[in-house]
Amino acid sequence: MSTHWTLHKFHGGIHPLENKQQSTTMPIQQAALPGLLVVPLLQHIGQPAEPCVSEGEHVYKGQLIASPAGLGAAIHAPSSGVVERIGAAPYPHASGQPYNAIEIRTDGKDQWHPDIRPANPDELDDEQLLQRIRAAGISGMGGAGFPTATKLRSGQQASIDTLIINGTECEPYITADDMLMRERAADILSGAAILQRLLDARQVVIAIEDNKPQAIAAMQAALGTRPWHVVSIPTLYPSGGERQLIKVLTGKEVPSGGLPAHIGIVCQNVGTAAAVHDAVYLGRPLISRITTLTGAALKQPMNVECLVGTPVIELLQQAGLDQTRMNRVIVGGPMMGFSLADLNAPVIKTGNCLIASTEQEMPAPEPALPCIRCGECELACPAGLLPQQLLFYAQGDDHEQLQANNLFDCIECGACSYVCSSKIPLVQYYRSAKADIREQQQKQIKAEHARQRFEFRQERLRLEEERKAAERQARAERMAKAKAAKEKADAAKPAPVAGSDPSADQLKKLKIEASMARVALTKAEKQLAQHDTPELHAQVAQLKATAEAAQQALAAAEPDATAAAPAAEKPAKAARPALSEAAKKAKIELAMARAALKKAERAEASEDELAPLREAMLKAEQTLADAETGTPE
Amino acid sequence: MFLSQVTSPHTVRHDHTRNIMRRVILAAIPGLLVSCWFFGLGPLFNVLLCSLFAAGFESLVLKLRQRPIGFYLKDYSVLVTGVLLGLALPPWSPWWLLLVATGFAVVFGKQLFGGLGQNPFNPAMLGYVVVLVSFPVDMTSWPAAHAVTFSGGLSHMFAGTPWLDGWSQATVLDSLKNNQGLTLDELWDGYTGFGWLSSRDSELVNLAFLLGGLWLLHKKVYTWHAPAGMLGALFVMSLIFWGGNGSESNGSPLFHLFSGATMLGAFFIITDPVSSATSTRGRLLFGIGVGILVYIIRSWGGYPDAIAFSVLLMNLCAPTLDYFTRPRTYGHDKAKRGFNTEGQ
Repeated sequence: MSTHWTLHKFHGGIHPLENKQQSTTMPIQQAALPGLLVVPLLQHIGQPAEPCVSEGEHVYKGQLIASPAGLGAAIHAPSSGVVERIGAAPYPHASGQPYNAIEIRTDGKDQWHPDIRPANPDELDDEQLLQRIRAAGISGMGGAGFPTATKLRSGQQASIDTLIINGTECEPYITADDMLMRERAADILSGAAILQRLLDARQVVIAIEDNKPQAIAAMQAALGTRPWHVVSIPTLYPSGGERQLIKVLTGKEVPSGGLPAHIGIVCQNVGTAAAVHDAVYLGRPLISRITTLTGAALKQPMNVECLVGTPVIELLQQAGLDQTRMNRVIVGGPMMGFSLADLNAPVIKTGNCLIASTEQEMPAPEPALPCIRCGECELACPAGLLPQQLLFYAQGDDHEQLQANNLFDCIECGACSYVCSSKIPLVQYYRSAKADIREQQQKQIKAEHARQRFEFRQERLRLEEERKAAERQARAERMAKAKAAKEKADAAKPAPVAGSDPSADQLKKLKIEASMARVALTKAEKQLAQHDTPELHAQVAQLKATAEAAQQALAAAEPDATAAAPAAEKPAKAARPALSEAAKKAKIELAMARAALKKAERAEASEDELAPLREAMLKAEQTLADAETGTPE
Repeated sequence: MFLSQVTSPHTVRHDHTRNIMRRVILAAIPGLLVSCWFFGLGPLFNVLLCSLFAAGFESLVLKLRQRPIGFYLKDYSVLVTGVLLGLALPPWSPWWLLLVATGFAVVFGKQLFGGLGQNPFNPAMLGYVVVLVSFPVDMTSWPAAHAVTFSGGLSHMFAGTPWLDGWSQATVLDSLKNNQGLTLDELWDGYTGFGWLSSRDSELVNLAFLLGGLWLLHKKVYTWHAPAGMLGALFVMSLIFWGGNGSESNGSPLFHLFSGATMLGAFFIITDPVSSATSTRGRLLFGIGVGILVYIIRSWGGYPDAIAFSVLLMNLCAPTLDYFTRPRTYGHDKAKRGFNTEGQ
């Protein structure tokens, strides 16, 4: 159904040369089966997948070779063969760094895994559908590569009004989606129907830029009776950016830092919809994609359907690469793509375009002039930012102002750099500033965690200390109670047990006082050695006197104690041999009872438990006393 | 095989700062030609000398700063400063006056702040104001239209020969400022060379600069905001305070738009992006500020024309305007404005 659709405008945007006609002269070609497939473990946003095959193992086409860990997507063998190696391999990334990959030596049979079977989505429930999409390892085919099952799951949790199928393809040179729509419109639409069902979306809008009339016609024709809208939108880079497209189609804006699902919208690329069709109807995982091969260094630019993991160099050669003229190879479009460092790197699930350019086509950047604040970048910015101010603050590392000027709303589309008449690589400044700020935030978070950990530890130690102090106090109170009870009992007895020696207690106290005085004295003397002041002299003299007094008091007390102790011992010794058998027995019983009581007290037994023990002890004491008195001298 | 590693975007628009500067110079040519029609080769000599001095000062400072001279001269920005100064100063100005003005403009107005893109003030206007306040006699002796001979002009310029009687004339703005109780009609009847709206030379030179400016707008060298702001504000101010054609009149709106350096200011001076506010909204306010100040100083200030002072005063306000005119970013309910950097 082709109805009138009200379009809106986003701020800015540019019209770079399209350069799309070169690669659309022939239908999608089949890429040759490469001898070695390099399948990186990270081809999506999120965590790398974990290999579940080992070196030397034979794999079928479509067999799971790495399973997702955390946010991620499953990875499958693109063709049958033997796992040759698992380890670091060339990787298509702006950094040029290698990344872990599973290398498969293909056997040329291209044999599908026997478990791969078609299914009828009408016989599957939503959960099974989603499971099939997840198991197929589908991630967004438009370029960012967000795992599709995760996006659908969060879409299911929100209330989705509109499903947008994004066939905009606003970057120059790229025609992969264009050709896919021309040739596989029906598959895209049946994939979109599954997406609509899963999301329970009220309406489906298929957005295509008006520079692709054939794709628009093909999609219109394939629509059939579906009450959906194929909307032709004005060609303006970056209208294919999710946020910009939502603005164009609905007039709504995705809140800063939010997701389209928050305003009831989910966007899916046409390639993703086709992959969903393959996964659900055919059971085939995402192991191949349409990639545009273009650029002036290629004799025959074209679109190919190639296996994920096919080395870039093999594809470029298939399109007639003239290495002498090539100056760089770009993965993705000329606005947001990155230059490739190693041509042995493979095409991955997000690789929609390879541009082998010549020096004339994409000359080396000119030296940058100072910014003259002409404001062209502001007019071009699709996010409504002030790129000239962001540059100014980025050059000064003013993170606060960068954030106040909404640096993180920058989508890095490159429109500002494109229009800059001073040839300043603005986007690079923003990327770098964002990385700096993120790093600093990470550091701050780390420091905050460390601080919290330290504070928790301090608090834990303090609580432990308090608990111990409370325990000590409780024990001391119980002891005092028990003592009081015992003393009461002792007082009731005719012969009081010789309690703790008062003179010994006093001696201890005096000893402590003397040593404390000595410590204070040495401390003061040390201080005196460092700072020779009259006050300190006086203090030391006084402390010396105190220490001497304490020493003397101790000396006076000691002979008494030493004299008293043997004296107290003697009669007991004398009495010992005279003990009768009964007295001996009573004494043993008493000792046992005392030990039991003490043990119980130490174990912090309750009063109920302690009472009988105490009684038993008193009884034993009584018996002993009886026995002793009853024993003749 | 060499693969160049370049950050995105890999394709850029084929435009360059030097092209912008070149277009500004080209757009000034109609004004220069009309001016030469009235004042002989005086304006051209002004422009040539100022450009020469400007390039010389720029090279000198670049050499002292150990910067590549050729690279920076090729951006043509210093030529724009020289050309604009030459157009703004009275035709056949003494050579030393041009030298002082250009020197202050390039050395103090631009290079001492760090060169292209770093200057807070419009360099040409800074140089202009320095000579205006230092050498008021030379700065107020505009030659009369079609009066000065070539040799007379040259000897005034290089030998300091004073103007002969009748070779110089008060400008229309001077006449209006010094009007002693005449109605406007009487005043202009007594002014030789009065055209439709202003003096014949003023209105035609202004018209030529207006055309050049419209071409620059068409070429998207700048947006309409600053010129429209200035001309609009000047128009509204002169409409409000017009006072009819009586002896207390401050001049009609059209008189103000086509007198003095109005169009040169609106399309060539306040459109200097470096020293202006940076957002489109800010530029509109910047232009409005200039327009209001021009009218205030012309009507009640001590100077007959006021573009230079107004521009410098608004240059001072530009950074603050920038804080208060940020656009609303996509996905935000409203723009973050003001000095506060905390999230709002």
